[in-house]
Amino acid sequence: MFGQIPSVISHLSLGHDPFTIGAQVMIFGGVLAVVLLLTIFRRWKWLWREWLTTVDPKKIGVMYILVALIMLLRGGADAMMMRIQQALSVGDSTGIISADTFQQVFSAHGTIMIFFVAMGLMFGLINWVVPLQIGARDVAFPFLNATSFWLFAAGAALINISLVVGEQFSAAGWLAYPPLSELAYSPGVGVDYWIWALQVAGIGSLLAGINFVVTILRMRRPGMNLMKMPMFTWSVLGAMTLVIFAFPILTATLSMLALDRTLGMHFFTADFGGNPMMYVNLIWAWGHPEVYILILPAFGIFSEVVSTFSRKRLFGYTSMVWAIWAIVFLSFIVWLHHFFTMGAGADVNAFFGIMTMVIAVPTGVKIFNWLFTMYRGRIRFTTPMLWFLGFIVIFTVGGMAGVLMSVPPADFQLHNSLFLVAHFHSMVIGGVLFGFWAGITYWFPKIFGFKLNERLGRYAFWSWLVGFLLAFVPLYILGLMGATRRLDNYDASLGWQQLFIVAGVGVAIIGVGIGFMALQLIYSIWKRHENRDTTGDPWGGRTLEWSVPSPPPEYNFAKITEANDRDAWWAIKQGKAQKPEDLPYTSIKVPKNTPYGLFIGGFSFLSAFGVIWHYWWLAGAAILAAAICFVIRSMDDDTERTLSAKHVEKLETERAAP
Amino acid sequence: MYMKYSERATELATQQGAQSVGRAAGSASRQAEAAGKTEFGFWVYLMTDCILFASLFATFAVLRDSTFGGPTRPEIFSLSFVLLETMILLTSSFVAGLAVLAARAGQRTWALRWLLLAFLLGAAFVALEIHEFAKLASEDHGWRRSAFLSSFFTLVGTHGLHVTIGLIWAGGLGLTIWKKGLTSLSVKRLTLWAMFWHFLDIVWIFIFTIVYLMGVAGV
Repeated sequence: MFGQIPSVISHLSLGHDPFTIGAQVMIFGGVLAVVLLLTIFRRWKWLWREWLTTVDPKKIGVMYILVALIMLLRGGADAMMMRIQQALSVGDSTGIISADTFQQVFSAHGTIMIFFVAMGLMFGLINWVVPLQIGARDVAFPFLNATSFWLFAAGAALINISLVVGEQFSAAGWLAYPPLSELAYSPGVGVDYWIWALQVAGIGSLLAGINFVVTILRMRRPGMNLMKMPMFTWSVLGAMTLVIFAFPILTATLSMLALDRTLGMHFFTADFGGNPMMYVNLIWAWGHPEVYILILPAFGIFSEVVSTFSRKRLFGYTSMVWAIWAIVFLSFIVWLHHFFTMGAGADVNAFFGIMTMVIAVPTGVKIFNWLFTMYRGRIRFTTPMLWFLGFIVIFTVGGMAGVLMSVPPADFQLHNSLFLVAHFHSMVIGGVLFGFWAGITYWFPKIFGFKLNERLGRYAFWSWLVGFLLAFVPLYILGLMGATRRLDNYDASLGWQQLFIVAGVGVAIIGVGIGFMALQLIYSIWKRHENRDTTGDPWGGRTLEWSVPSPPPEYNFAKITEANDRDAWWAIKQGKAQKPEDLPYTSIKVPKNTPYGLFIGGFSFLSAFGVIWHYWWLAGAAILAAAICFVIRSMDDDTERTLSAKHVEKLETERAAP
Repeated sequence: MYMKYSERATELATQQGAQSVGRAAGSASRQAEAAGKTEFGFWVYLMTDCILFASLFATFAVLRDSTFGGPTRPEIFSLSFVLLETMILLTSSFVAGLAVLAARAGQRTWALRWLLLAFLLGAAFVALEIHEFAKLASEDHGWRRSAFLSSFFTLVGTHGLHVTIGLIWAGGLGLTIWKKGLTSLSVKRLTLWAMFWHFLDIVWIFIFTIVYLMGVAGV
């Protein structure tokens, strides 16, 4: 039974090319450095007590964002390698990496950026903001929330360990289309790593989706009815509804692919009656809503940012809400536009083409509402506002490119071309990522108690904007010239090289932008005493998260006032609503820390690892252990502690003192 | 100790009226609402499970005739056998309902008896399903034979796996109620389990119809 262990050790090998070795050195070096620092500064206990066992959504949010930023470095390194390869690998020159490595790199890039960067940043921000914004003390299920994070972290760990153990990742693209991803054509463990990293992280996302829907529908401030919810909360409700409907499809689809690969089933195989196109349908029935899962919270962030920095109420609140729900609905009936070339016939293609065009309408409504919010506002051009302005330009142009491709005959020409690549990067970088950078800058002082440096933030923004345009405008042009995506080599006579070099320079400038962001973070921490947020309301905010000190206490709000206005905090500041000072202190129940979320994540990691390497004893034992952890935790009736009214009063006065 | 029926009714009413505009801020309703969080969350979870099954049903619908020279649906399904399975599972679900009613009325012994009966019927169902699967496998009609059989085993097997998890859950519940008696918490957990059990019943009705009835008819 344990005879298999030496085989895993034999797979624990040093890479064959300098890039893999470099990545391995970075992984080992990073882990070693963290362990050393924790030991030197005697912070292990602190790490365990304050972070690993925490159920506080604010801290869980920090951990989500930390993991996402680390993964961004890896996904960004992949992007850089692809750009260098395509700039150099012309004609007889083979560039810097082999064709097989190149395929692994683009597969890893897409997987990491969507599942572990965008999703991580999104859940991080949701954890930071949603409970505060609805005036709640916690999420509906704090333990489940921690478990969601640890499943996400386990998925991220699986992706990274694929570089070290087995030294290969899927080479089948970020969505692993069969029959290529079937055992017959991808015999190694690469696709299995892909499946199980996504499966584990995806189940975490599904649980988080359930949690936040219940939180938003059940935990709001008294008086805050649905049409008084802040727009970010609305957008999260829309996105989490999509998670609930879409992620089970992903779970089912990945399971079927895994059953094909491990038990010899024939869902998507090329023989025995399997149907590969069914996989493509299923994965996009999840995948298209997924795009909106990411962009809706970004829309919500921009709604908050624009309104705050224009010192105006959000324009067209009701139409914004309806636009969100129109997008939620429509996003489920457009999936086929990802494969018009499947040959479903003119009628089917026409339906999906028209639905795709229709979804641009609610999106357009939102764009205009933001512009009208700015109109006659007192605009402050802070970093979050700059991200918004950059977003408007890139997202609108990219969106129009999308409408163009929704015409099936046009799509037949542009399908799988770099035009498509440029389009969806406009949406995911210019839309999603710009939105999350704006959100992080905007809410950073709330969570950490000091602002990020504005000057370095501006440098970062301009680097990203210029870098983005240089990197992706050439791809639009190349796509129209006929360049398909995922080329590891092309003929010199095509005349594409100059544009690929420009795109490479663009990515390098984005890299400079990431450098400025790192610098901004370090500098801001160093100078934190100069940038302290002593008021709790550094931007002149409008919603409830700004009504408490920065950083907020673990229970968020000492007193629960009624929220009878859409901009609840603004109303309090204007003296139009009940002030917290008018209420007496009451006792507060807060959840106790628990390590079981971490344990469940860890055992899920081990179980997935066991399945990938066919160590069935490990897979079985680990999943059993995870289940036992879950049972022990759910049998525990003593999960909360009570802070007495007097204690809360003491804490609050101490907080106000310095 | 157990939750009074009136409290339960308030809770259900709050659940249903959660989205209503201008909710009362009274502390009683807020508390009832907080208590209803878990049930509501569990409903949402059941809906996600529903979509998981929907994906498997859709897959089965696409692949049911992709037999690749292997057995077709009318050749391997026996309606009388499946009818027996169905009756057993439906009875188990009904008995689970009786267990919840007894628990709400504070009748611990009856709650345990009904729960035990529901458990035994559920176990009989799983045993029959394993028998069906083993028989198919022994006739060389396993899941490797064709895409149709892959989708059949996965859809019906996923349901069977759920029932098995439900059995383990019921066993744990029975043991705690036997040892600690009925508390408001254990009645709540029993209610959640019963929701899960009824849900699996509904899924089975669809399997009975779409897989077996339509399968025997060949439509």
